Amino acid sequence: MTRAFTALVPHNAALGIEVLELGDATSLLRLPYDPRLIGDPQTGVLHGGVITSLLDATFGAAAFMALPSPSPLATLDLRIDYLKPATPGQAVHGRGECYRVTRNVAFVRGIAYHDDPSAPIAGGSATFMLTQRPGSGLPGGSP
Amino acid sequence: MSTLEILREARRRGDFRALAAAVPYARFLGIDLEMREGQLLGLLRYDDALIGNPMIPALHGGTLGALLESTAIFQIGWEVELTALPRTITLTVNYLRSGRPRDVLARATIARQGRRVASVSVEAWQDDPERPIATATGHFLIQGEAPAGG
Repeated sequence: MTRAFTALVPHNAALGIEVLELGDATSLLRLPYDPRLIGDPQTGVLHGGVITSLLDATFGAAAFMALPSPSPLATLDLRIDYLKPATPGQAVHGRGECYRVTRNVAFVRGIAYHDDPSAPIAGGSATFMLTQRPGSGLPGGSP
Repeated sequence: MSTLEILREARRRGDFRALAAAVPYARFLGIDLEMREGQLLGLLRYDDALIGNPMIPALHGGTLGALLESTAIFQIGWEVELTALPRTITLTVNYLRSGRPRDVLARATIARQGRRVASVSVEAWQDDPERPIATATGHFLIQGEAPAGG
């Protein structure tokens, strides 16, 4: 499952995202530092969009784990709060928790951090629509 | 030359393409800038590596978020004489339609620019600008020349 999650999502693979842990309604993903993902070459800090992609994947994984049975998910919205710049050269972890699932909607929140979850780079939340559409249940696509 | 200097130089010369070329992540994703009828547009060129769900297939939500955020930042860099690169404070993305496997365009509007914060709304679409596939609002920390009355 953890391998399938990145192997079957081309853009997660392109970013080098790997799944470290999946729980009942939780996820822990890791994005290695990569100079191609820099936003400002002078500082070497990762582009904010990279954190957005990591948390989108992280939150989607947490929502998927919380479902009573596998179902395709469509992201409704995603909010990211940028708390501090990422440190150049360091990998980023994304941790998500699906704290509520209804018949139609999954609610997820979480953070991005280097090594210390108490010093997050970003916080965020997302909601996902459970869809009945046939096809892959893998999250990561828009609706 | 620093990214800020490149940005200021690009703005001075009216060379918007130099903006995107200065950002490694924009090159990685395939984000380019275009000018149509005086409006700066972000262009995400389709590539298989941008797919998030291969079954539909649909673009990865993160790539749309990155396009929206980048377009907002480029718009700020284009309109405001900056003394530092804008920093994203918050970004909220609404996903409205599935991103099909083809190019995406985006346009940003600065809803309000104060001395420290620019509030920007952005829309992304594929075929029809009236049918956006994703929208975003973002607040960005800026350092630049103060707007009149700002």
